[in-house]
Amino acid sequence: MAGLTDLTLAQARDGLLAKDFSATDLVKAHVEAVEAARALNAFIVETPQRALADAAASDARIAKGEARPLEGIPLGIKDLFCTKDVQTTAASNILKGFTPVYESSVTANLWRDGATMLGKLNLDEFAMGSSNETSAFGPVVNPWRRKGSDVKLVPGGSSGGSAAAVSAGLCLGATGTDTGGSIRQPAAFTGIVGLKPTYGRCSRWGIVAFASSLDQAGPMARTVRDTAILMRSMAGHDPKDSTSIDRPVPDYEKALGQSIKGMRVGIPKEYRLSGMSDEIEALWSQGIAWLKEAGAEIVEVSLPYTKDALPAYYIVAPAEASSNLARYDGVRFGQRVAGRDITELYEKTRAEGFGAEVRRRILIGTYVLSAGYYDAYYLKAQKVRALIAQDFATAFGKVDALLTPATPSAAFAMGEKSDDPIAMYLNDVFTVTVNLAGLPGLAVPAGLDAQGLPLGLQLIGRAFEEETLLKLGDVIEKAAGFTAKPQQWWRA
Amino acid sequence: MSVDTKTVRKIARLARIGIKDEELEPMAKELNTILHFVEQLDAIDTRDVAPMTSAVEAKLPQRADVVTDGECAQDIVKNAPDHLDTFFTVPKVVE
Repeated sequence: MAGLTDLTLAQARDGLLAKDFSATDLVKAHVEAVEAARALNAFIVETPQRALADAAASDARIAKGEARPLEGIPLGIKDLFCTKDVQTTAASNILKGFTPVYESSVTANLWRDGATMLGKLNLDEFAMGSSNETSAFGPVVNPWRRKGSDVKLVPGGSSGGSAAAVSAGLCLGATGTDTGGSIRQPAAFTGIVGLKPTYGRCSRWGIVAFASSLDQAGPMARTVRDTAILMRSMAGHDPKDSTSIDRPVPDYEKALGQSIKGMRVGIPKEYRLSGMSDEIEALWSQGIAWLKEAGAEIVEVSLPYTKDALPAYYIVAPAEASSNLARYDGVRFGQRVAGRDITELYEKTRAEGFGAEVRRRILIGTYVLSAGYYDAYYLKAQKVRALIAQDFATAFGKVDALLTPATPSAAFAMGEKSDDPIAMYLNDVFTVTVNLAGLPGLAVPAGLDAQGLPLGLQLIGRAFEEETLLKLGDVIEKAAGFTAKPQQWWRA
Repeated sequence: MSVDTKTVRKIARLARIGIKDEELEPMAKELNTILHFVEQLDAIDTRDVAPMTSAVEAKLPQRADVVTDGECAQDIVKNAPDHLDTFFTVPKVVE
């Protein structure tokens, strides 16, 4: 049943309802694909029995005409979402063996709507990384390779397992989280679609916290339509997350196919970086041309504080992380390393349990929040953040959305940037502004580079205007006709 | 601003992350690279800017002050590395 893993989520949903195949067939095909792709290291835990049991239940519901919106759809879940009775680690040694007794709100919403889980997906440790190389369970391999080369490439991060699994056809969609670009950058590196929703659109309850004022869960899938379908189930108000917003969840799929005639799309001139590759430049121009052809009006806009977003992010995110990760103390959950006294127990547990990047970020965060430095760093960064948000507010007075490249390059080789934190951080230069301002951003695959690797464009919208992004993303997807898929070298 | 090894030792202590003597120098170097990177913010005039405190303007909701769960002590200690009945255990903290 290899053909079943080539379906889009929408096609699978429609095929199930038409009884062309059963949910059990669909899950079996995906379970086989997951097992055959272990070389990608995309999954930390596989849950085939659960998926098969859920599929049987879905088949019964479909037979009775009681199918729910995601009935029988097999998904992958980033291992940052707590899943009841299934190990949840954030890809950290400190949480190895942790088995939540509760379910995150976003995954609970997906199960409520009939979806099932194939397993938990690998990521950068505590979602801190842009290459999925910081995972305690080893790096994820990008399913894509350069033409004529077998050099292993990174899938991006932190949602690298999610991106690899969706791109390789191991699941019909996956959950991701995005703090500085962790959905959009890996989506771009693997030729799939990723949506970072408005802050507060999806509940953060039950998601392992990294930087609470920036974190947001969102869908990753192979098409804009599939992303829209997942988004409707994942979004919604949750009284258990005081920052989740109480407003109706639209039927995002209905936004697709609508005319964009007369819409104004801004091109922020500060995103034209010096030294940007010609290919990224050409892709961006192509995107502009596609939207123009579809009737959109293109307007140049200015976001003057763009260059200050990454430095502000590397103060705010570590500061919040140092506070959030204080809970991993070897006492209430997770791994413990014994010590002579309680302080030594804490220090040994945290020295051994956290990887190098996580330790580095906790220390930076502790420093910028420490007495005497708070105003110079954290407060300053929060003020710069206000200026960045103001930039967007000004731009959105003139335009309905912004179009930018998703990443400054295509996927890079493993080990290429792991020795230089700043070079790694620059991956997020186009995505991080969106998190600081709390806005929605969508990455859409738009073409291949000369080496045959996917490249993506990013659309940025006003708060709660995910529909606008999906509508524009649908136009780009259709114009690009992006149908390329990675060669299944892992089956060889 | 930059940090020296003494400061690294201090913040590692504050963060309760054990750090070996030979790790102090490389860590100071790594942290200084990042601190140098974020220094560009000093050039921005933020005198009249109010710090951003929430990503999306919203009034924090209030809820009724009532108990919504409980009676789950076994669940709470389930993932503890060591516990006695429904108590977490740690090395002696009072001499």
